[in-house]
Amino acid sequence: MLPFYQNIPFFSILLSMVGGVITSLICSPRWAARLHLGILALCCAANGYLAWVLFHTGESFTYMLGHYPAPWGNELRAGPLEAMLCSLFALVMFLCVLGGLEDIQHDILPKKLPLYYLMLNLLWSSMLVMVYTNDLFTAYVFIEINTIASCAIVMAKDTGHTNMATIRYIIMSQLGSGLFLLALALLYGITGQLLFPSLRQAIEVLDTTGNYALPLTVLTGLMVLGLAIKSALYPFHAWLPGAHGNATTASSAILSGLVLKGYIVLLIKILYQVYTLPVARKTHIFDVLFVLAVIAMFMGSWYAMKENHLKRMIAYSSVAQVGYIFLGIGMGTAAGMTAAVFQIMAHAFTKPLLFVSAGELIRVSGHHKQLYYLRGAAHRAPLAGVGFTMGGLSMIGLPLLGGFVTKLFLAQASLELGWQNLLAFGVLVASSVLNALYYLPVILLIWTHGNPLKEELDSGARTAPCRSKPVVFDLPMPPAFAASALCLMAGVVFLGVFFNPVSVLIHQGLALL
Amino acid sequence: MSAKELWGRFAAWVNGEAAPAARFEKDYRPHLPSPRRRRQEEDSTGHAKTHEVLLYRVSTVLASVALIGILLATVTQLPLHGTPGTPDQNEVALRYVEKGLEETGAVNLVSGMILDYRAFDTFGESCVLFLTAMSVFVLLWNDKHSLPPKLEAERKEDDQILAEEEMHLLRHAAHFLTPFILLFGIYVVINGHLSPGGGFSGGIIIGSGLIFYATACGQKAVSRFFDRKAFYILNFICLAIYAGAKSYSFFLGANHLENPIPKGIPGAILSGGMILPLNICVGIVVACTMYAFYALFNKGDF
Repeated sequence: MLPFYQNIPFFSILLSMVGGVITSLICSPRWAARLHLGILALCCAANGYLAWVLFHTGESFTYMLGHYPAPWGNELRAGPLEAMLCSLFALVMFLCVLGGLEDIQHDILPKKLPLYYLMLNLLWSSMLVMVYTNDLFTAYVFIEINTIASCAIVMAKDTGHTNMATIRYIIMSQLGSGLFLLALALLYGITGQLLFPSLRQAIEVLDTTGNYALPLTVLTGLMVLGLAIKSALYPFHAWLPGAHGNATTASSAILSGLVLKGYIVLLIKILYQVYTLPVARKTHIFDVLFVLAVIAMFMGSWYAMKENHLKRMIAYSSVAQVGYIFLGIGMGTAAGMTAAVFQIMAHAFTKPLLFVSAGELIRVSGHHKQLYYLRGAAHRAPLAGVGFTMGGLSMIGLPLLGGFVTKLFLAQASLELGWQNLLAFGVLVASSVLNALYYLPVILLIWTHGNPLKEELDSGARTAPCRSKPVVFDLPMPPAFAASALCLMAGVVFLGVFFNPVSVLIHQGLALL
Repeated sequence: MSAKELWGRFAAWVNGEAAPAARFEKDYRPHLPSPRRRRQEEDSTGHAKTHEVLLYRVSTVLASVALIGILLATVTQLPLHGTPGTPDQNEVALRYVEKGLEETGAVNLVSGMILDYRAFDTFGESCVLFLTAMSVFVLLWNDKHSLPPKLEAERKEDDQILAEEEMHLLRHAAHFLTPFILLFGIYVVINGHLSPGGGFSGGIIIGSGLIFYATACGQKAVSRFFDRKAFYILNFICLAIYAGAKSYSFFLGANHLENPIPKGIPGAILSGGMILPLNICVGIVVACTMYAFYALFNKGDF
């Protein structure tokens, strides 16, 4: 018998998949939500325990799925980093759903609500598998689940905007999956393996003998390209603002806080376990990612600066923040990877905080997302105002908040580099200034007194959309939102203050990948 | 905006008379000029628009040609399929071919591979199907009360036409053929571990049989025995059985315990351990999904 904790990854995956299947029989939205939140809480606790055990013993293990050993059967692999990320993702997803509960009920038809939670359950299971997998084909199958489920949670809102955004999203996302599958087929053709460790051996042999050099380079490019499209690296970001900006609050928060990160974690795993850093460096894939990341950090902020729609602005800011992650990966060093993983964690707290707070600010402004109507929103919902302010300041890089530490780590990591050093420094500074240029005015705006929609309604310049239901501004704060925003804020501050132990853990975990 | 205007705006903002940036104004347009202005531009010049379209077309073609070129160059470097000594003829394939029958008990090696060696991937695939059907529900499941009147009228008309139209040939053929199609589908599913076929292909046959029957005799005829509730319950039972059976065997395998399920005699209908029930589960999920697609795209409900 294995020690008990080694069964945790598989049973977390199974629990969330079976939970998704069971949800199809539940008619009550309330119970579907409870089941989903329960599964997430359980996964968070179990994976947290697993991470704790693995950090203490300093080991990583493989888990055989079935009676056949690895290259023949399927396999999962768990190390401390994977367990920690899963536990953290479960926590963030729990908080996203909790914080967006009010909007979910407002935006989605009651009879489709259980289906929405079904999608979330399966989305969560696919996130788990993408982090824990040790097999490229299993990764592909669950990338498909992830793609479909994330498109479904965007279109669940069922308005013209979300349907258009979903069409865009599904086309781009399927292109990404297709490129990944193409790369997988090529890789199988030249190595005959699908399992990460076997692939690593085969690629080492190819690297030393120099056989199949062209296919190897091309497929590396295709694989990274596929995953980059799915995680919205700059030139492939076109689907992101629509999908993240128009979906319901919880979907936006989950998509930009977690779903983008799932693919990046998979990419890091592939780079570490299949290619190993020195071999990957020879294909120059890191240089390409570095350059694209630099452009992403500029262009994401540039687009965000021109946006007058609050959620789209936050979505464009995700493009810039994904650029930070790829900047760390593109350095191609262990320090860069640590910074990238730290940014994955910091952004996983900050962006949901921004989206959840923005959802609440929008709710108390008569569901208007245009910045003009958000004047004074923070006075109508003070906690959401504080949350948005804190998230924005973290993005700008105020010390004691998560975003600052990312920039610090990225700057430190860039000291080891050659020609990229000055470029990385410059772009970090410029990006901070750009972030400040679009977050600060909005923070000032929501704290300014006034209520444009109310003024318009009172003066008669505009009539309420529905006569029978007057627009209410002094809505009570939902307790679920309060709990979620407080926890997310605590997370951002925690990462900003106790960054040293966290980075040590990340470093240990990466060494065991 | 000139420097003077910018300064003016800044001063106004400091005095509390204006918003800090233009994008906080009510009638700010972020991307393009308003549709009306754009149309005017097209009408007056007509050039800007065609330029843009041309640029898109040329760059699309160039990007595609470049990708095609790169991929063709790659393909020429790949090992030739079917020649001895290619990298994919390694210990993995060897064991599947040599020991597959003995280890899984399935004569059809493909079934053995997808439902025993790599059963976790297949569980993922079944979930993809289930999930796809459910996403179509999210998109197309209509509210009877909120259906646009025009669409409702169209649907009523369709029903009426279907009821009035005699379509003797089609209906008789459907009545005559559907049982055989379903039977053949069931045969393919149940013999999945013995002959080519299995849950995926058999499920497609059953699903198309149901679609055929629904096309000829109307969806109401099918919903007498297969409605939304049946769809949910069947899907649930099949996926739950799959998950239960496989997690039991995964758990035993990972903990290095013996598998108590007998393999049976290869070639007999009751053989291959769990492959037969799993094939049936996959077959039902696939058939349900196929029919659900048809019903939802056609009527938005079933």
